[in-house]
Amino acid sequence: MTPTIALLLVLTFIVSIIGLLALVWSIATDQFGQGQSAARTIFAPGEIGRPEDPARGPDEPAFRPRDDEEVEAVAERRRADQSARVPVLTLLGSAVAWLVVGSAYGLISSLKMHMPELLADTATLTFGRIRPMHLNAVAYGWTSMAGLGVAVWLIPRLFKTPLVGAGFATAGAWLWNLGMALGLIAIGAGFSDGEEWLEIPWQIDLLFVVGGGLCAVPLLLTVRNRQVRHLYVTSWYLMAALIWFPVLFLIANLPYVFPGASGATVNWWFAHNVLGLWVTPIGVGIAYYMIPKILGRPVISYQLSLLGFWSLALFYSQVGVHHLIGGPVPTWLVTLSIVHSVMMVVPVVTVAINHHGTMFGHFGMLRVSPTLRFVWIGSLMYTASSLQGSMEALRSVNLITHFTHYTVGHAHLGLYGFLAFILFGAIYFIMPRLTAWEWPSRRLISLHFWLAAGGGLLYVVALTIGGWLQGLALIDPETPFMESVRLTLPYLEARSLGGTLMTLSHLVFAGHFFTMLLRSGRPATAPTLFRAATRESSA
Amino acid sequence: MKRTVAIMAGAALILLFATLMLVVMPYVQMASEPVPKDLEPYTEAELRGRQLYISEGCMYCHSQQPRDPGYSAADSRRGWGRAAVPGDYAYDQPHLMGTMRTGPDLLNIGARQPSQQWHLIHLYNPRAVSPDSTMPPYRYLFEVVGNPLDGETVVEIPAPYGPDEGVVVTTQAVEDLVAYLKALDRTYPADALPREQTGNEGEGEP
Repeated sequence: MTPTIALLLVLTFIVSIIGLLALVWSIATDQFGQGQSAARTIFAPGEIGRPEDPARGPDEPAFRPRDDEEVEAVAERRRADQSARVPVLTLLGSAVAWLVVGSAYGLISSLKMHMPELLADTATLTFGRIRPMHLNAVAYGWTSMAGLGVAVWLIPRLFKTPLVGAGFATAGAWLWNLGMALGLIAIGAGFSDGEEWLEIPWQIDLLFVVGGGLCAVPLLLTVRNRQVRHLYVTSWYLMAALIWFPVLFLIANLPYVFPGASGATVNWWFAHNVLGLWVTPIGVGIAYYMIPKILGRPVISYQLSLLGFWSLALFYSQVGVHHLIGGPVPTWLVTLSIVHSVMMVVPVVTVAINHHGTMFGHFGMLRVSPTLRFVWIGSLMYTASSLQGSMEALRSVNLITHFTHYTVGHAHLGLYGFLAFILFGAIYFIMPRLTAWEWPSRRLISLHFWLAAGGGLLYVVALTIGGWLQGLALIDPETPFMESVRLTLPYLEARSLGGTLMTLSHLVFAGHFFTMLLRSGRPATAPTLFRAATRESSA
Repeated sequence: MKRTVAIMAGAALILLFATLMLVVMPYVQMASEPVPKDLEPYTEAELRGRQLYISEGCMYCHSQQPRDPGYSAADSRRGWGRAAVPGDYAYDQPHLMGTMRTGPDLLNIGARQPSQQWHLIHLYNPRAVSPDSTMPPYRYLFEVVGNPLDGETVVEIPAPYGPDEGVVVTTQAVEDLVAYLKALDRTYPADALPREQTGNEGEGEP
């Protein structure tokens, strides 16, 4: 152990020196100097102070250009939006389909937890196969593809130039779909690699690595043509995520390399990094674009957003082993992850100040804008689930919550309450601009929101309470083990009810989405930003 | 362009550092841990059973990592065994430590429950031996026959859990699975305890 500690000390020292040099460099090259002007790069001339949202009420006209410069800027952005049309529609359409598939698996798994005889006579439908199929379908199908779709759509907007190499992303999307379908078939047939988040056989994983790599190509090609001097914070998050994911996924899936206990540390290092370095930067990055854009109001502290980005990268990459607290791995490793989990408060608070601070005084907009409502609730759940996660990593809390349904509730607060909500909001914003068509029904959007929010709330509350009680029963040696099973049953039933509501909301959303793709409902012929104005005159 | 490269390189470097800390260093340390001398490699049948344990997803409800009594006394008091050490997993590829205890920990189930018939009945229908169990039945791993042939293992399923007609016999697959479960026995003494011997470690933050 002593050489390890010595090595740790040396490494810590080197990292501090590098950090100090980086700080000196950033001050010397004026990285912090641009400040608020950088926060305005996402706006066209004249947009600040005027909200933008396609799905707002017809009585409130959206942004209408007032002079030639503004007309030109809007036309330019329309060209940028349209350049990404094919890959974005492919990615988003696939994501919504996987969401429906993944929800069905999730609901069946949930029911099986309190109805063990349900669909029990077929190997393909046994709980131990349906559950990983749910996780993989929603994590790699819905979340990742929707995140990639929104990222590919944001790239030309952020760089103010049409997307270069859209075909690469479309090809990547189809490879990803192929990998997803083969992966689910493999798990259903009993060919699992056996580690959580890494069940899909490694041979099929190659499709994800290549597909994900192809989706990153347009980013690299487009960044060369960019028309903006400063890279807005969202593009930092997206660029980093697109670098991190392929590397992580490749290392963690290397077959035969990590045996025994070290396999467990790699497993959880990866599994938490999928959340920390893949879906979190995508979700936070999207919210950093959507909230200011819809409000017509730059983020309140741009410097803080950069601090948030780098601290996220540094701390989030090392939290994974908190999944093995009390397990057979070296103490220093667990402690390292706990420290980093607690340090995550820094990036979370900086993001919270920026997102919620920008909202401050404009909460009324939540009534009119579906996108803003979904995205801001998502951002709020990011703050909540991250702070909860830091607490859960503490040994005293983890002692109770580890090995229980509490963790599952936490995971859904993060992946559903935070990420899925932000993705829903982004899709409501993007689709009218890509299809030149309005969402057919405001009522369906509202139904989607309330079913998803109500179901998600019931889900998380039920598992949080049930899991906590289960944990207390588990650590009390006087309580028979079976008691910890019996007491969770009502909470698991409540979870199934919540899951049913969530699944219904996804059916509503998917139906609405594909109706829109088929262009039913009212036509909208005007350029993107004129839509609300057109609707007003036709109303 | 220069700034793009700087961001991407910075992001990649940070990940490299994290990989060094959380992947390479633990690997180096744990690879040098001694393999306990009483730990035996799995047999062919046990390995096939282990593969079935993976494909049916047993690890989503059962952990294989009893906790240190100094951290949580309940595990050893329930008879789940001493705290696991890295060496216990020397032949585990992939690891099956698990993160849920919807069911009990199984690292020492072979020592706790050595009866093959018990395991077979439990797998056929868990409620036959544990009335409130929520574990799924694995009837599809068995066969129902009219008259068992010589050499077929008959499973004595108590009423009313058995089939209406015929008797239940095992398949090779379920016999392998039970062989694996019975091999889960890390009750031998282990020297290296990996954590909290000093007992004065705090939560890791002020």
